[in-house]
Amino acid sequence: MTISVSQIVEFIVGDAQADRAVPPSGYTANLTTFSAAAMAFLAVFALALSLAAGRLADRWSDELARSSTLRISAPADQKETQTATALRVLETTPGVASARALTDAEQRALLEPWFGPDLPVDTLPIPQLIEIIEESVGYDAAGLRLRLTAEVPGAVLDDHTRWRRPLVKAASRLRVLGWLSLGLIGTAMAAMITLAAQAALSANAQVIAVLRQVGARDSYIARAFVRRFTLRGLTGAAVGTVAAMVAILLLPSAQGEGGFLTGLGFQGLHWFWPLLIPLLAAVVAFVATRTAAGRKLRELP
Amino acid sequence: MIELENVAYSYGGGELLSDISLKLSPGSFHFLTGPSGAGKTTFLKLCYGALLPTAGHVRLFNRDVRLMTRDDVALSRRRVGVVHQDCQFLDHLPLADNVALPLTVSGRSKLDEAADLRELLSWVGLKNRADALPPQLSGGERQRAALARAVIMSPDVVLADEPTGNIDWEMSQRLLQLLVELNKMGKTIMVATHDMNLIRAAKTQVQARVLRIANRRLHLAGADL
Ligand SMILES: Nc1ncnc2c1ncn2[C@@H]1O[C@H](COP(=O)(O)OP(=O)(O)OP(=O)(O)O)[C@@H](O)[C@H]1O
Ligand SMILES: [Mg+2]
Repeated sequence: MTISVSQIVEFIVGDAQADRAVPPSGYTANLTTFSAAAMAFLAVFALALSLAAGRLADRWSDELARSSTLRISAPADQKETQTATALRVLETTPGVASARALTDAEQRALLEPWFGPDLPVDTLPIPQLIEIIEESVGYDAAGLRLRLTAEVPGAVLDDHTRWRRPLVKAASRLRVLGWLSLGLIGTAMAAMITLAAQAALSANAQVIAVLRQVGARDSYIARAFVRRFTLRGLTGAAVGTVAAMVAILLLPSAQGEGGFLTGLGFQGLHWFWPLLIPLLAAVVAFVATRTAAGRKLRELP
Repeated sequence: MIELENVAYSYGGGELLSDISLKLSPGSFHFLTGPSGAGKTTFLKLCYGALLPTAGHVRLFNRDVRLMTRDDVALSRRRVGVVHQDCQFLDHLPLADNVALPLTVSGRSKLDEAADLRELLSWVGLKNRADALPPQLSGGERQRAALARAVIMSPDVVLADEPTGNIDWEMSQRLLQLLVELNKMGKTIMVATHDMNLIRAAKTQVQARVLRIANRRLHLAGADL
């Protein structure tokens, strides 16, 4: 089935005469529009949730796969030698792409948020950090730990998996739940419009009977209803979408790693995704009303 | 045009009509009489495909109504004008729009419509009521409006169910006049009515056959009418 633009325009502009044949339905019409708006509002948040959870999962699993940290806590005089030994061990560990001791400046930068910029790092017994970049296959963390306990007694391997893997899982699950919510919202909207359309058709049984008597085809009668509900779905969803996008835009934003809450939103081209929601709502309304009308018109005498 | 062959009909209880055969030829004029509840309205509904016979065959323009799709039935309504006993209108639209409704639903152009519509409304004496809403009309005005609506598509057949039920003698004479005029234009007419005076008046103007439904059958009424 191909639908041309002119057909869509014709559908939206409509046949004024035909439209008047079915009386305006008052406040129930507004209820449909309102419900569509509410659904779209929720849909935008579900979409934002899915996208944010997706970004988080991707980022975490990316970092999870790539990096880990080795911490060397040793008396000041042994720190340097232990660091050198550790680096040598790491160089010969399969699966480690590179390893690098963090400089004092880098360590200071890590601590700065807590202790301020003037921390005399060099005079404090702060552990030396070694950043390990992994190859895509990863390394054997348990084997590495064994070798390190033997050769570098002050080394603690923090491979991040321990605490990040459940987070990645949770984020992925959250993304799935977001998409599921979107599906449920769409289905609920279809159900709501089906009910509203059926009610409208029943309320207009008399009008339909008259239209039939004068030779109106089912498709003609259905069109008046389908057009109304599609436009209601479209305008309601458009209002709801815009409202939700503004709400998301106005969320207080904080830069940085941790903020999942503040990360709830759209980034870059993702801002175009919610714009699809009114169109989807219109399609849902169109299909739901057409199905309801088809069934109801066969039922009515 | 319309052909019934051994048609029977029942609403679920006993048979209301049985073994009815009739052929409406083009340009004919029929009256349909019979006691109230005999099945006149039912018979007309069978004729225009609103009801399907429970036995026998009804052919509308040479097509068996049982084989017609819903769209076919809708399209046939444009060739058969019906004046219903309980003339129903769209109460939220003015009379003129209601009369023009068959044109509207068939998607005809609105240009020549306006002139036709004015002419038609004055033909049934409703020129000044064009903007009135149906609930504001009298019974007789409704029936004349229903006749105007029935003929606006210039149908081949006009079926009228008690078209003079609500109106005084003078007005029913006028309505008869309209039907006779339509018949002279070549339309096939069938009028269900109780009004024997109307039939007698018609017989002076046009060759009309009188059918009578009694005891479930269709009879050709005697010449004594
Ligand atoms: N939809 C229906 N369901 C059941 N019975 C019906 C239905 N329509 C009509 N009847 C019955 O069928 C019988 C014939 O009805 P119909 O309307 O055809 O009579 P009629 O001859 O037109 O009567 P009138 O002169 O009063 O208009 C009546 O007894 C009526 O009660
Ligand atoms: Mg009747």
